[in-house]
Amino acid sequence: MSLTTPTVGAVLEPRTYAITRADLVAYATASGDDNPIHQDEAVALAVGLPGVIAHGMYTMGLMAHAVRAWFPTAEVREIGSKFTHPVVVPADGAVEIEVSGTVKKVEDDPEDPARVHVSLALLVTCEGTKVLGMPKALLAVPRG
Amino acid sequence: MSLDQSLVGRAFPPTAPHHVTEASIAAFAAATGGAAPDGSAPPTYPIILAFEAMQTFLDAEQVELQRIVHGEQRFSYVRPLVAGDTLVATLTVASLRQISGNDIVGTTSTFTDADGAVVCTALATLVHRGPETDEHPSDEQEEGA
Repeated sequence: MSLTTPTVGAVLEPRTYAITRADLVAYATASGDDNPIHQDEAVALAVGLPGVIAHGMYTMGLMAHAVRAWFPTAEVREIGSKFTHPVVVPADGAVEIEVSGTVKKVEDDPEDPARVHVSLALLVTCEGTKVLGMPKALLAVPRG
Repeated sequence: MSLDQSLVGRAFPPTAPHHVTEASIAAFAAATGGAAPDGSAPPTYPIILAFEAMQTFLDAEQVELQRIVHGEQRFSYVRPLVAGDTLVATLTVASLRQISGNDIVGTTSTFTDADGAVVCTALATLVHRGPETDEHPSDEQEEGA
């Protein structure tokens, strides 16, 4: 949240998000992704999944939320990841994911001297297991 | 049914125009952790169009959505999305390979505004799970959620 120019190695405050089946329904409505593997246990099991899984893009959306909470004045230039491990969401209760990050690189913005480009090293886990592979975020951040 | 290698390089028709509004931004933000203080669009917002573009592709190839698992997604912005934008997405199949009964489909999508200018591009990997695959995906494979 600092309004000073980010520095390499700065550790960002980890953020946690609880995910319920109701959250998946809300995400399906908002995104249009109504794939039944994110709603229906029987369908998920039938195609060989371990149960109802969160949309990968929902998990990435929460990662993006954390990034924007850390850098509220930044413009996100690039964001992405692989979806390497499914986040299984129980029928009752919630599963929690944690998003942590550090500032990996700070460079001049070639187009705007008032900003810097900031690359983050990110880690997104569920119950201690990494769920997003090669997560990346590149931001244009106003200089402090 | 495996997808055919002749798909590689094929571009599918653009999606219907999508109007970005303050309300559509707020709805997507509310479903992905909450709104930004300045009301700006979440950076994964274009997945709404990317999903539609993917559906066009799946329908054309008669692939069932429930057999698709998302392997990878990356967005790269030329400029931020803003309320008032009208966007279309165009998907191209960039690569296709078969691994243990699954099709691994690499796609690129381009998001253009009403002037035809590129706002954002995306890369996505879609895993089309073969009917005989019952094992859970291992961490090494590009399978996911």
